[in-house]
Amino acid sequence: MKIIETIADELGFARTISRLAHEILERNKTLENVVLIGIRTRGEYIARRLAAYLEEVEDVTVPLGVLDVTMYRDDVRGHLKQPLPHTTEISFDIDGKTVILVDDVLYTGRTARAALDALADLGRPACVQLAILVDRGHRQLPIRADFTGKSVTTLEHEEICVLVKEIDERDAILLVETPDHQQPGKD
Amino acid sequence: MALSIRHLLGLENVPKEDIQLILDTTPSFLEVLNRPIKKVPTLQGTTIVNLFFESSTRTRVSFELAERRLSADVVNFAASTSSVNKGETLLDTARNIEAMKVDMVVMRHSVPGAPHFLSRMCTSSFINAGDGAHEHPTQALLDMYSIRQKTGALEGLNVCIIGDIAHSRVARSNIFGLKTMGANVAVCGPPSLLPHEVESLGVRVFTNLDEALHFSDVINVLRIQLERKAGAAFPSLREYRETFGITWRRLEGLSNPPLVLHPGPLNREVEISSDVADGPASIILDQVTNGVAVRMAILYLLGTRKESDS
Repeated sequence: MKIIETIADELGFARTISRLAHEILERNKTLENVVLIGIRTRGEYIARRLAAYLEEVEDVTVPLGVLDVTMYRDDVRGHLKQPLPHTTEISFDIDGKTVILVDDVLYTGRTARAALDALADLGRPACVQLAILVDRGHRQLPIRADFTGKSVTTLEHEEICVLVKEIDERDAILLVETPDHQQPGKD
Repeated sequence: MALSIRHLLGLENVPKEDIQLILDTTPSFLEVLNRPIKKVPTLQGTTIVNLFFESSTRTRVSFELAERRLSADVVNFAASTSSVNKGETLLDTARNIEAMKVDMVVMRHSVPGAPHFLSRMCTSSFINAGDGAHEHPTQALLDMYSIRQKTGALEGLNVCIIGDIAHSRVARSNIFGLKTMGANVAVCGPPSLLPHEVESLGVRVFTNLDEALHFSDVINVLRIQLERKAGAAFPSLREYRETFGITWRRLEGLSNPPLVLHPGPLNREVEISSDVADGPASIILDQVTNGVAVRMAILYLLGTRKESDS
């Protein structure tokens, strides 16, 4: 993996999380009806950080769920590598809730679209908002984030790589060169 | 990580990694079955033919549900209503169906090796839903998943398959799969229902049920297939029941009563009594639910597999 630039180190990462959390607080006057749903894989950990931060600052426990969108992707057969589905774990009812979908990177918008389809099969939220750690542009669908931690201008052959302690041993946001141009980028 | 196999014809010679992958992918689909809306768009646009040359209710329904819950287009073909009755050969039937541009074929046939033969002659991906007394790999995979769901692992587990081993494709597939996953496999039944040289499959052989039960963490009780003339192999059903029937009276004395599986349909009060089949050790209905999820996992893994994965 060739690193072009470190967008955020551990401290920058924590600041980006707190910025996102404050954006969420500003928009949603009360968190009473709000639930956080992280999109696997790294969206789950970003959602956990947001929940922990909100608990610390606002002293509220926001219900937390994990959504796997593999079965809803429009490119399951287009990918060069077969993606493997994991489990969706949402132990609460999302009907009538304000669902905040959380993911690490917003790119083509196809993951967000798949997540909206997946949510529709689970219930009918009052509204859905999208929180993104890094928006790297290059949208292929009419999708935008409600809350953005960082916006980064990127080239097509570059990739945003979000590292989280839980699985990557450190927190960081990196701009890297796509290892293999044939491989589809993160979205 | 993707399957190394392009067809699922049997579990003999299927590598451990492939079985592991199927079992590990199953919980995601089981979760779908527990939702209010039990359908995902994953195999939209994929056409699957259920080609059943031999009658089947539960396996066909289980496959069809799995296919529909993945949003595949499903075509059912039953030999009794087809041109097979007009003398068409197996290969011609398959080639005609394939010419209609299908992607996958789920096939049951009374002749061992029939799906293997067609898979070599056609371009579609084949899943064996039972070929004679040879193999029934999806049943064995759902059995293994159901066991693992309760015990956490297959490695080192003592599993005994009880009953009509000689006529059973379920037994063969289970033996191959369980051994690959590191379980200790045994069979138990009247000698007339054990295949010759069954030991060569690497299994322990019991002809005394109480010894077999003492050995077992798990028992898989097979159906006495009266329609396959299994009844000719022992004097009477009553005698079979007395000697090999699984009853609570037999299990209750054991310090560690085994988990009980049965592939169905049950012959109640023949190979298994109702107090066991409906009792706490039985996971028979879990097997049925898991069957749909395991088949979804298999359809997904084969249906979205790329040649570049292998």
